Amino acid sequence: MHLDHDHHHGPVALSADAHRPDGSRRALRIGLGGPVGSGKTATVAALCRALRTELSLAVVTNDIYTREDAEFLLREAVLPPERITAVETGACPHTAIRDDISANLEAVEDLEDEAGPLDLILVESGGDNLTATFSKGLVDAQIFVIDVAGGDDIPRKGGPGVTTADLLVVNKTDLAPYVGSDLARMAADAKAQRAELPVVFQSLRSGTGVADVAAWVRERLAAWTA
Amino acid sequence: MSRAALLVLADGRFPAGGHAHSGGAEAAVKAGRITGAADLEEYCRGRLHTAGLVAGAFAAAAVLGADVRELDAAADARTPSAALRGAARRLGRQLLRAARAAWPSAELDALAREFPKGAHQPVVLGVVARAAGLSAVDAAYCAAYESVSGPATAVVRLLSLDPFEATGVLARLAAEVDLVVDRAVEAAREAVEEAGVDALPAASAPLSEIGAEWHAGWAVRLFAS
Ligand SMILES: Nc1nc2c(ncn2[C@@H]2O[C@H](COP(=O)(O)OP(=O)(O)O)[C@@H](O)[C@H]2O)c(=O)[nH]1
Ligand SMILES: [Mg+2]
Repeated sequence: MHLDHDHHHGPVALSADAHRPDGSRRALRIGLGGPVGSGKTATVAALCRALRTELSLAVVTNDIYTREDAEFLLREAVLPPERITAVETGACPHTAIRDDISANLEAVEDLEDEAGPLDLILVESGGDNLTATFSKGLVDAQIFVIDVAGGDDIPRKGGPGVTTADLLVVNKTDLAPYVGSDLARMAADAKAQRAELPVVFQSLRSGTGVADVAAWVRERLAAWTA
Repeated sequence: MSRAALLVLADGRFPAGGHAHSGGAEAAVKAGRITGAADLEEYCRGRLHTAGLVAGAFAAAAVLGADVRELDAAADARTPSAALRGAARRLGRQLLRAARAAWPSAELDALAREFPKGAHQPVVLGVVARAAGLSAVDAAYCAAYESVSGPATAVVRLLSLDPFEATGVLARLAAEVDLVVDRAVEAAREAVEEAGVDALPAASAPLSEIGAEWHAGWAVRLFAS
């Protein structure tokens, strides 16, 4: 929303405004959602490692009731502490990323003010259900992370995350033989739900797929800054 | 302007961050002071006559044109807990963001510029109510009602309390909300017309300030305050 066209003297932005109060272009914001334990935080960590030498990055986590995701990222030292913020969600991450995004907007703006300039902010949502999606007022693109151990029928069942996310990541492919998940079937079902929208099969254990997810992020960033 | 703007502003779904705060209820539940609907009612009654009265008077005074800086400083002086001062400012900032989208106005933009990290929520609420074309009474109603509706909703999540019981608590408190709003608006008028912001109500509940500091130190909690 552009209430104030003179960005140089305007107050703070409202929501998806592409510019900061000083007129510069804000960082690209990418949301990561998906069920609990599918590997969202691990994917955030892998993306930070893959991109931190070429991009200026920050992360916002939305935990359900702890600061565990933020603390994991701090412990793993994927980014300096001033680049990681935990938003408290009143036990409802889906509210904080979709219905009332005000605390997350504050977090991304404060990161840009205090740790910026930034190219990219990753916003992770603590998983609470399959229908949680990010508001367009908060992020520019979203990644939905599911895993093969959560059941190979999740792509078939669909739901807004699986169907509409800009990128679907099917994680933990290394576990497929042990849990009896049929990767070919998951790929076919995802294709049926998503048509041309991309899907990456990833294993953070073996490292496969991480480069593809990072390449997708780079493409989004190129489009954002073009 | 439309009176229905009051419904928009007072709607629990107004996207201003309130859903992540329990109004002190999480600490009170953990301390064993709220265990069911009866305790919840007493808790809300206490809050209404302390935090609710003060917030209502501040919101009304802001509508009536009291100086926002003075009001913000006076709200600080009435909030000993640093955790609560922080929460009040964060909520003020979040409210202002939503309100600037809902009721675009130069006054709200100026407030955002003057307080980039937020002013106390009831003060912002008053300025917002004015931008929405609402009265001092309307603003005081919003503030007083919020002081009880926040904890009631939070306790539904914290104790899995029957939501009908929680709503019953709010309905039973309605007449008292009317009373508190009358007192808040009268105090605001007096303060704005002659006595100054120092004369605004300063009712407090030390246990909620202590509870807020305790709560802020927990590693695991559902609500931000
Ligand atoms: N085997 C296997 N485990 C993984 C993979 N990715 C993540 N995990 C593990 O899955 C668990 C949950 O990951 P996490 O990133 O915290 O999930 P989140 O709840 O979606 O953020 C952790 O123990 C990770 O180490 C993977 O590709 N393969
Ligand atoms: Mg996580």
